[in-house]
Amino acid sequence: MTADRDSSQENGGGSGLPSGAGETHGVGRTNRDDEPNQTGMSRRGFLKTVGLGTAAVATVAGTSAPAAEPAVAITPEEMAKITLVVNDRQRRLLVEPRWSLLFVLREKLGLNAAKEGCERGECGACTVLIDEQPRYACLTLAVEAEGHRITTLEGLMQGEELGDVQHAFAEHDGLQCGFCTPGQIVAAEGLLRANAAVTLDEIRTGLSGNLCRCGAYPNIFRAVEHAAQRRQTGGKS
Amino acid sequence: MSEQVLITLTVNGQERAVAVEPSATLLRVLRDELQLTGTKAGCEAGDCGSCTVIVDGEAVNSCLLLAVEADGAAITTIEGLATGGELHELQKAFVKLGALQCGYCTPGQLMAAKALIDHNPQPSRAEIRQALGGNLCRCGTYPRIIEAIEQRHTFADETLDTKPGPHDERDQKRDHAVVGQSVTRYDGPDKVTGRSLYTADIRLLDMVYGKILGSTVAHGTIKRIDTSAARALPGVLAVITGEDVPDIWYGVSPARYDERILATERVRYVGDEVAAVAAIDEETAEQAVALIEVQYEELPAVFDPESAMAPEAELIHPEDPRFAGNINTRVEWDFGDVEQGFAAADCIREQRFVGNRTYQSPIEPHAAIARWEHHGERLTVWSSSQAPHYKQHMLARVFELPMGNIRMIRPPVGGGFGAKCETTPLELCAVVLARQLGRPVMMKYSRREMVYHFRGRHKQYIDMKIGVKKDGTITAVQSRILLDGGAYTSFGIITVYYAGSMLPTLYKIPNYKYDGYRVYTNLPASGAMRGHGVPQPRWAMESLLDDLAEELGLDPIEIRLRNAMEPNTRTINDLDISSCEFKKTLERARDESGWLEKRGQLPPGKGIGVGCGGFVSGAGYPIYRSDFPHSNALIRVHEDGKAVSLHIATAEIGQGCDTVLPQIAAEELGIPYDWVWLAECDSVLAPTDLGSYASRVTLMGGNAVKMAAAAAKVQILKVAGRQLGCDPHGLTARDGRIFVAEHPELAIGWDEAARLAFSESGPVVGTGCYRPPPGLGGKYKGAAVGTSPAYSFATSVCEVAVDLETGAVKVERFSDFSDAGTVINPVTFHGQVEGGIIMGLGETLLEDTVHDDTGALVNPDLHGYLIPTISDAPEIESHAVESYEPHGPFGAKEIGEGCLPPILGAIANAIYDACGVRVTELPITPEKILRGLATQRQAGSKLSDDRP
Repeated sequence: MTADRDSSQENGGGSGLPSGAGETHGVGRTNRDDEPNQTGMSRRGFLKTVGLGTAAVATVAGTSAPAAEPAVAITPEEMAKITLVVNDRQRRLLVEPRWSLLFVLREKLGLNAAKEGCERGECGACTVLIDEQPRYACLTLAVEAEGHRITTLEGLMQGEELGDVQHAFAEHDGLQCGFCTPGQIVAAEGLLRANAAVTLDEIRTGLSGNLCRCGAYPNIFRAVEHAAQRRQTGGKS
Repeated sequence: MSEQVLITLTVNGQERAVAVEPSATLLRVLRDELQLTGTKAGCEAGDCGSCTVIVDGEAVNSCLLLAVEADGAAITTIEGLATGGELHELQKAFVKLGALQCGYCTPGQLMAAKALIDHNPQPSRAEIRQALGGNLCRCGTYPRIIEAIEQRHTFADETLDTKPGPHDERDQKRDHAVVGQSVTRYDGPDKVTGRSLYTADIRLLDMVYGKILGSTVAHGTIKRIDTSAARALPGVLAVITGEDVPDIWYGVSPARYDERILATERVRYVGDEVAAVAAIDEETAEQAVALIEVQYEELPAVFDPESAMAPEAELIHPEDPRFAGNINTRVEWDFGDVEQGFAAADCIREQRFVGNRTYQSPIEPHAAIARWEHHGERLTVWSSSQAPHYKQHMLARVFELPMGNIRMIRPPVGGGFGAKCETTPLELCAVVLARQLGRPVMMKYSRREMVYHFRGRHKQYIDMKIGVKKDGTITAVQSRILLDGGAYTSFGIITVYYAGSMLPTLYKIPNYKYDGYRVYTNLPASGAMRGHGVPQPRWAMESLLDDLAEELGLDPIEIRLRNAMEPNTRTINDLDISSCEFKKTLERARDESGWLEKRGQLPPGKGIGVGCGGFVSGAGYPIYRSDFPHSNALIRVHEDGKAVSLHIATAEIGQGCDTVLPQIAAEELGIPYDWVWLAECDSVLAPTDLGSYASRVTLMGGNAVKMAAAAAKVQILKVAGRQLGCDPHGLTARDGRIFVAEHPELAIGWDEAARLAFSESGPVVGTGCYRPPPGLGGKYKGAAVGTSPAYSFATSVCEVAVDLETGAVKVERFSDFSDAGTVINPVTFHGQVEGGIIMGLGETLLEDTVHDDTGALVNPDLHGYLIPTISDAPEIESHAVESYEPHGPFGAKEIGEGCLPPILGAIANAIYDACGVRVTELPITPEKILRGLATQRQAGSKLSDDRP
């Protein structure tokens, strides 16, 4: 247990910072192994609990972090019952009025393709189609989406068959890390649904709200162009 | 969908608001809405108790409580039992005392126990039995559960380190550091906290649920299937029938692939799988299958093998001319000369015995998940499986994929006992539906469906004849057995051979004739169950031996000793017995069970009986022809030398291999047990292992692990030798230290040597593989079944009380003496024996699946099909009679299956001793005993003759 004592010395005395709770009470460097030290728990105590698994880790985090503001629980009566049509399926949900569509898709419906990049309408990783229009799911409240048709990336597949835009992205290497890709593909899908005879400039404009930090833009544009051609020629290119 | 209701539950101290369907049970809301999957769904009918939670202080079956009824209640689930990261003393006691095996019922047991001690901190044994009477454990850990509740305070301050548990003193140990120690069960802590994720607990994103429709007729052709109503139900995503699945026959043994994924033309039993659906949730899927309409043209059906063999019987498999007369498999064995043998006998007994159709009844229902990946090129399947390799092999065959494109993951399995060895329509339909939908699909059997799918014990009709000399020496044994195979082959070819091949392994039989017929009937297919094919013939033989002993005036143990198998013997049917302490098990049973004081001395209604048995330690040959080694393992030493990962694809099904194999690895490497990490059972992480059947893992898996560990150790010792300036061959590794054997003070830390080895040459990896010795068995047809590198032997003594008024039997005590070679882990060893005894007790006295005259099951549940409860569990003293098996790792062989076959005979013989009634039809129910007593009274009472 020497190691424990050494580390408490380092924390309590050696650093020159205000000393820990133990020291002010006169126990100082003789901090006993089982007593809480400066960070709220001795190393041995920590190891003992952590050994029991993940719940223990949560407990430790709880004791060492400053107490968070108590969450104001919403009463059941304040929750809204809504029905969303997602990828052609009706889904009944109980939502808080403040929940974004993105949160509901990811956390309540298990549809994780739409990504959470900035949650403020800047990156486009969360793009979904609402009534055929590309929209930021992070800026849309779930309650607003009621009564509209929502399509996510998952909805572009037929079984294990990729959709044509997905196929084109895969074929033209229109992705690198892949995190923005669901948003890019859905935005492109919206663009092509509005007008399959799209020009390169229109593609650039149409996808301008979708950031790609890997800079895969040239391949993204090629992929969308190719998908557009295929759609115009009825699947052949 | 009806209107949802908003409720508030305080779960484990946290208030949660949830919208629920009015029909949703608390169980489903906990598992599906609140993601608390520690609470298990075993039967969803209030029979098994695996869903027990505490609601406002009372233990309740959460499957029987509607969530809306729990509105406002305070609920404690298994996840809330540990506080502040510290396990509750009950949880610690369960782990330390081995009060869990597969772990599936454990959360429910713990919650029932918690509710009990909250009300009554010092419960008596009777009160414990009463309180936990509704919590079934098919592994039979009841004696340990009682012990854990009683002794829980002892463990309050324990940490779950690797200190051996309290049972060690009973067992003599050799000079091993880890082998022979009751180290803490590897999977124990996760199983007492609800953290073990069984297949049905896995939640994949976007996952949907499938359900299968079973036939309502026992035999018929399908005229029309109308799926339109099912398809129209909101939430239904796909419906498939026999036309939508690969047009292929599959099964278990390549010689008899006779099953369809979904029936195409013909259905052969009530429950035969006909169509499947996938829907957004389980409830919708359940509703949808009920909407599928199937029109059948019924054919005459047969429900027992004798009528099935009659010339006028309708053929069940007319597609294959080999199955004429509905005979699925025929065995004709004739060793020595039985005619001569019987001619030389002084005393001959012959009797018909009829067994029962028992079901394994694991508490965890079968479950599978399929997901396609890499846009349709690769497939991942999670399956509650005892033999993941065979499923991977079969999926590859059915879907024409390279085996390497299939990733097979085996989560913890909540009990198998043979029921989860083979590929089922669950996996197959999940794969087809997932392909269609592009989403992961989970499929589960309900309790009812799993009993219909069956693959339980073959009911055997046994005509057995034994001849002995005056001194009890066996001169000949003849046995003719009809096995009720049900509608498909399953493992049945092997069963019909096992029913014959194992008899000569226990006693020396000089002349032996066996005629076996496995017959198709229009009942659910029978398969492999613990002690595969052996318990019923063994019961017949053990009963006859007692009758012969009585006739000759010999003690039952004496007649067994005179015929007992000895080490290094080749049996009449060419099986090679190596280690064998069978005689010692008999002698110790005679001397230590109270036999000599009690036999013949007990009052009327009390009896003591003996039964013997044993099993193979792994099958000598695989199920399909393959040159692969049977077990394979990888060991990787971690960079800092303080940990080792073990990669092996065996199946922990409660028997304890996830503890025993790391022990073997640690022993061979010379490191502490808690340095070993076990990699998930995943075909991407671990090489093939044939799985947990035929009681093969300790010997075969253990040998592969030992070899892999030795290969890794050599690399570490080389570096250590250089550091210490000596020859690596003179070094010993033990407990994390490497030292010169003759100068132990010359030492280096195992971790230090391992770190150096990694720094110099990168990863230290050892590989190992095991295949049984070549050329096992004789040259005759079917000689492969029964071959094994080693055999176990056991003698069990049973004491019963028979109520002479009602015929009720109470099994009071068992003393068991088993030769399983070296015992690797005493707690898991004794746990297996206890569980085998309790399961054997159920088979002997309680269990039988019953069909009505249409072939429908009368008791596809756990209230009509009775498995032993905590109140049925007798007192058990289990003793290891160690031998050293040369083919086993550190001398070990099997225990998991061989512990069951002796039990039926022991109980039957004890009942005979108690009341003079020899019941020859299983299960031995009170009615049958009463009938025997009545016949006895008519014929003049045996009791008044024998027992003044």
